Formats: sequence, structure tokens, C-alpha cells
Amino acid sequence: MTMDERTLVTERIDKLLASHPPATTPEREFWGAQFDHGLAWVQHPEDFGGCGVSPRWQAEVDRRIVEAGGSVRNRYLNVLGIGMGAGTLMAHADEQRQRRMLRPMFTCEEIWCQLFSEPGAGSDLAALSTTAVKEGDTWIVNGQKVWTTLAHLATWGLLVARTDPDVPKHAGLTYFVVDMQADGVDVRPLYQITGEAEFNEVYFDDVRINDDMRVGEVGQGWAVAMTTLMNERVAIGSNVAPRGSGAIAHALEAWRQHGGDDPVARDQLLRYWVEAEAQRLTTIRAGEARKSGTPGPEGSTGKLHWADLNKAITAFTIDLLGAEGMTYPGGYEFTRPDETANRAESPHKAFLRARANSIEGGTSEIMKNILGERVLGLPGEPRVDKNVPWREVPRS
Amino acid sequence: MTTATPAVSFAVTEEQRLLRATVRELVTARATSERVREVMLGDDGYDRDAWAELAQTGLTGLTIPERFGGAGASFAEVAIVIEEAGRRLLPVPLLSSAVLGTEAVLAAGTEQQCAALLPAVAEGATTLALAHLDQRGGLTSEPGVTARRDGGDWVLEGTAGYVVDGASADLVVTAAVSDDGLLLLVVPGESAGLARRPVEVLDLTRPMATLVYDGVRVGDDARLAADDAIVALHRALSAGVVAIACEQVGGASQMLEMTTAYARDRIQFGRAIGSFQAVKHRLAELLVQVESARSTAEHAARVLAEGDREELAIAAPMAKSYASEVFERASADGIQLHGGIGFTWEHDAHLYFKRAKATKLLLGSPSHHRALLAEVLGL
Ligand SMILES: Cc1cc2nc3c(=O)[nH]c(=O)nc-3n(C[C@H](O)[C@H](O)[C@H](O)COP(=O)(O)OP(=O)(O)OC[C@H]3O[C@@H](n4cnc5c(N)ncnc54)[C@H](O)[C@@H]3O)c2cc1C
Repeated sequence: MTMDERTLVTERIDKLLASHPPATTPEREFWGAQFDHGLAWVQHPEDFGGCGVSPRWQAEVDRRIVEAGGSVRNRYLNVLGIGMGAGTLMAHADEQRQRRMLRPMFTCEEIWCQLFSEPGAGSDLAALSTTAVKEGDTWIVNGQKVWTTLAHLATWGLLVARTDPDVPKHAGLTYFVVDMQADGVDVRPLYQITGEAEFNEVYFDDVRINDDMRVGEVGQGWAVAMTTLMNERVAIGSNVAPRGSGAIAHALEAWRQHGGDDPVARDQLLRYWVEAEAQRLTTIRAGEARKSGTPGPEGSTGKLHWADLNKAITAFTIDLLGAEGMTYPGGYEFTRPDETANRAESPHKAFLRARANSIEGGTSEIMKNILGERVLGLPGEPRVDKNVPWREVPRS
Repeated sequence: MTTATPAVSFAVTEEQRLLRATVRELVTARATSERVREVMLGDDGYDRDAWAELAQTGLTGLTIPERFGGAGASFAEVAIVIEEAGRRLLPVPLLSSAVLGTEAVLAAGTEQQCAALLPAVAEGATTLALAHLDQRGGLTSEPGVTARRDGGDWVLEGTAGYVVDGASADLVVTAAVSDDGLLLLVVPGESAGLARRPVEVLDLTRPMATLVYDGVRVGDDARLAADDAIVALHRALSAGVVAIACEQVGGASQMLEMTTAYARDRIQFGRAIGSFQAVKHRLAELLVQVESARSTAEHAARVLAEGDREELAIAAPMAKSYASEVFERASADGIQLHGGIGFTWEHDAHLYFKRAKATKLLLGSPSHHRALLAEVLGL
């Protein structure tokens, strides 16, 4: 079985690389061909950008493409679409929607954003108050979303809205795909501590969404949203970089240039080197366990470990820089970038950008609740909002 | 400077899965809290019944080649056995005999010497210990024992400190300084002139002894003669370092499981204490660290099994420094989260706490290993 999958995938890659040499094919055209060859997300079915094999083969596909001089940066450029939207649409949308939306998502002709968080609902996503009210075949949406990454570039948004305020909060939600160019959608930049605006506020003022843009049943929005979030957390925590790369590379560089011979700083540097490598090895171990069908607790710890460690190492790097640590080379540019800066070039920017790692995609406190309750089996906290209609729950 | 990314695999074979299940069952049955305490307060030095059962199962000579009566397995398998034994603090000489002593003999002994010594070790009939430190246990100083030629014999003088299982070992592989450089000599534990004084140890489940050599005489065939003794000693100690990391992962996992179970059961303020975030988050953080420590230890064991010396120079100090600190934290948090009961002699938490501290310092502290790593990485 596995052997057949290997042959199938290898043949397709060979064919793709022969018919569309990455070095001479424009990026978007290449991604389109990759999709048509079923190599965009191999686990999905034929005709939908996949070839129905185990998802483990995707790494092999990407490796071959990069080796041949091609690019997989669409995964960053359209991180909310490819990283989260695709899995959600495949699991819950109707076939027509899937056929229409997946290919331009993969080629980055259409960028996606995720309209979940609101001023009054972050960690407690299910408390959200943006409403969708049905009128015939149309839903009328009103409310405000916040922290919406790449909304300024997005064609489509993944939206969760409240369709029934009179039932407990998780039960009254419905999931939609919203056209970001529709009348009544207002996207305003929100500048971050780096000075850039990767994210936005998004206002909805009587925005009309046709019922055929609903994903999943009415009232099932929470389950659909969970699919999106699971995809997000796996995407954030499962990236395996080479040894000594990422934040620790900046730290090593700073040490070589400024470290001198402070034994305390050296010991701390080594401590971080070891922990970064321990986290990296755990990600590899988790990946192997997932592939062999025996996933264990190591599969759930990646996001939390990486986020907290990345913050610690980037902050330590600035300490190593000494006086230069007081600078912000290039100054603060108030731009609206076209990708997220998680792969920040300078240690200064990396230091600031890392503050978000333990907030975005679920805060570290929430991740600890999840690990404690789902992996270790500890009891949840007493809830004051359970079985109470959303309307009656206190909110800020 | 070695910073290339190594090829890494954590694949587990069906045999290894089976081995783990077998050992876990054996260890769980043997190493009850009651029995561990009986042995640690008794005079036997280790659990002889458990050792005999391990021997019958073929676990006392795992890395010994089949031609010397062993199982011919790799260090990946030893790592599994040591981790499982570490989970329950099974008081047997796995580290001293099956790892340190055996690796020293394998690395330094001639074919003939291995054939003479190792079958009895594999059978569990003979146990080995390694005496390589001076009286103060300094890692960087020379061994505290000297050897001088006397006719066809060697005569040993001096003191070796902190010898794990040194009082109970049948044979002590002794590192000694001589005019010919460093030697490794196999000295019977009952030799005339050898006094073995138990150290008053922090961790009662792992006895240590100070060995005083007062004119101990052995024949020239006692000198392990195949290879450079310094290289051989280094190999044995690397294996020991990796073994300790695996053992620490076992202990830390067990401590985390025990504490998690307690946090589910113990009720205060009308709810399980594990529902309080101050408790839950601490356990979640431990889970993250224990899983990462496991990755470093398993990686090191596999690298050792493959004989990749270059990567071992990174993997071994990485595993030992990281797993030591994780076990220390897991066991300290374990006491704290158990409250008063965790501070009692009767509860097992202190046994893990003491094992954690002692193994952290055994064969080099975390900062010592980080310094080694700094050298390899050129930092
Ligand atoms: C860079 C960045 C990009 C983002 N992009 C997007 C996006 O594209 N789309 C989107 O929908 N959202 C996005 N977010 C929003 C993100 O998901 C939320 O910020 C996050 O879920 C936290 O919500 P909050 O900001 O409302 O904080 P709150 O939920 O108010 O949390 C405040 C503090 O309270 C703690 N806290 C809350 N509840 C608990 C609890 N039960 N137990 C313990 N502690 C608790 C939190 O951990 C935190 O420390 C982004 C955020 C950032 C920083």
C-alpha cells in the first residue's frame, strides 16, 4: 500500500517537474500545475488538488519542488487559506464551493483571512457577538472582528457569526465564507508593536451573504471553527527547520559578534541551544509518530513549546547585543506587509514579532489548559457560562 | 565545528515495542515501593531476585555480543530497559555493570579477555563496577589510584571515590595511573588489600562506595590490553551519560504521571486540585519538558547505537544536561503538588527527588555538559 503511494507520488512529481520546470515557469502557473497534478495537498481527493494518499507524502513533494528550484512560499503568502481554510472547506463545504475556491487559493490568486476574534471574544471565541440574521436566502451580517491577519489583501474571509443568541454560546454559531469586497465590509489597519500592520479591524455593516456560502449546518459553526483551529495549531507547531536555524541562529550570531567571554551568558546560550534542539527533535518525533499511526502526547506540545522558547531566545539575543540592543535598525515603518513576519530577517524585529507567538493561534495559557485537560486528563474549571443562553452571559 | 543537521529517526521496531512491554511488566511487578525500600535499607546492595529475573530474560547482557554469551542488541534496546527500570527506581546494577563496566571491557579488552569475563556478566552471575574518579570525585582530575609493576604483577595503591555499586560488584574495572600511562585493570572485589567503604548517599536506591587500594595485587592478565585505555574509558563514560539521561526520562515520566493522578483525585475547595490553573499549568509545562527530554535521550541512544561518534559528542551532553534539569524540576514539582504527604518518608516522591539530584551530578553536572557542548560547537 505504502509502496504504491510512493510510486504514485514520485511519478506525479516527475511529471510535474518535467512539464513545468520550476526555474522557468512563473510561480502562479507552477502552483496551478501542482494543483492540477494533485500535489497541492496530497491527502485530498483527485480533482481537488490531491491524489488521495497519506498526508505524510506532502513533505516529499515540497522537498522535491524546492530541490528543483521551485517555491512553496504560497504556504506563507496565503497562510490562512492554505494552512487552515483548505482543510475546513474539504471537511465541511459543498462540492461546488470546493471546486470554485481551492485552486485560486493554492495559486494565491485569492488570499484568505480568518474572521474569528472580536473585541469581546478572543480566547473565549464562542462568546462572539457578530450577528447573522436570515432574510429569505440571504444572511445579513453586523458586527466587528479584530486582529484579522492579511484582511487588507483578502478576497475571502472565514467567518463565524451568531445566528441564535437564545441558546448556550457554542450552540448558536454558524460558519460562512464572506466576500471581502462585498458592500458594508470595512477593513482598517491595526498597527502592531513592530510598527507594521499585518492585521486589521474588520467592520460589518449590513453585509449580505447568500445562504450557499454557509459552511456546515446552521448552529454547527463551533464544530467547523474547531476544524480550522486544529489545522492552525498543527501548522504552527509542526514545522521542522534545520538544526541551529531560526531564533537560535540569531543568538549564535550575536554571541559570536558581541558575546566575548561572559561564562554566564555562554551557559545560557547553550541552554537555549539545547532546548531549541530538544523542541526540534520532538517535532520530528511527533511527525514520525503521526505517520506511523501511533501519535502520543509529543504531538500536542509543539505550539506551546515553540512559542515560549522563541520568545525567550529572541529576547536573550537582544541582551547579547549590548548597546546595539537599544536600537531598532531601519526604524519603524508603518506599512501593511503582504505576508506575516514570523520569519523576520533582523533579530530586532524577530524580538518584537515573537511577543505574538504566545497570543496568536491560541494563547499559551489556553494551550496549557488544553494540554492539562485533553492530554493529562485533568478536570476543567467550574463554568459560569454553561447551559446559559448567550444573551444572559456576562461579557466585556 | 559541527553544526550540520543530522539525519534523525525515532522509528520504533516491533521488537522494541515488545521489549518495552516485557520490561515494564517485569519492573512493575518487581519494583514495588515496599520492595525498593526493603532493598535500599538492607545490606544486599541491590535486588538480587530482580537481577536474576532480568538475567533470565536476557537483559543483563544486552549489548554483549552473542559470541560472548550476550544478546547482541544495540544501545537503543538498553535505553528502553534503563528507562523502564528508572521509572520504578528498580535497584539493580544496570548502570554500573551492564553499561559502565561492560562498555569498558568491550572497548578495552582483548577478544580473549572479553571471552573470559563477559559470559558470566551476561548471565548475571558476575557484576562489574567502574572505578575511575579520585577520592573527591573531580571530573577533570586524574584517577586516585596508581599501579606499579612488581615482577609480572601490578600493585595498586590509592583511593577511588564515588564508585557506583562499588561495594557489591564482583569485579571492579579500575582506572589507574602508571608509568605506562592510564590503565584499566579488572580487580576482584574481594581482593586482599581492597577496602570498600559505603558512601552515605543521598539516593539510597543507588549505593556508592569509596574504594581504598592498599597494595592490591593483580596479574598482568588483569590489564585490559586491546586498546588505548583513555579512549576506552571515554567510550564507557559516554555510554553511561546517555544511560543516565534515559533513566532520568523514565523517572521524570513516572513522577509526572503520579502527580497528575494525584491532581485528579485530591479534592480541595470542593474541586480536584488539578482543575486549578496554578496546578494544571505546571503539569502542562512539565509535559512539554518531559516529552522534549525524551526526544534528546532517545536521539542520543540511537546515535550511540549507530556508533556515530561525531554526533554523539553533541547528543550525549545535550541529553544529559537537559534530562537532568527536567527530572529535577519534575520531582521537585511533584513534592510541591502533593502537599504535606509529598514531604513524608512514606511517600515515594522523595525517592525520585533524590534520584534526580544525584543523577544530575553523576558523571557531570548540566553546566559541565554544556561546556563540553560549547567546545564542540565552537562557542
Ligand atoms: C499577530 C496576531 C495575529 C492574529 N491573527 C488573527 C486572525 O487572523 N484571525 C483571528 O480571528 N484572530 C487572530 N488573532 C487573535 C488571537 O487569536 C487572539 O488574540 C487570541 O485568541 C487571544 O484573544 P484576546 O486577544 O482577546 O485575549 P484574551 O482572550 O482577552 O486574553 C487575555 C489574557 O487572558 C488570558 N486568558 C484568557 N482566558 C483564559 C483562561 N480561560 N485561562 C487562563 N488565562 C486566560 C490569556 O491567555 C491572555 O493572557 C491574532 C493575534 C495576533 C497577536
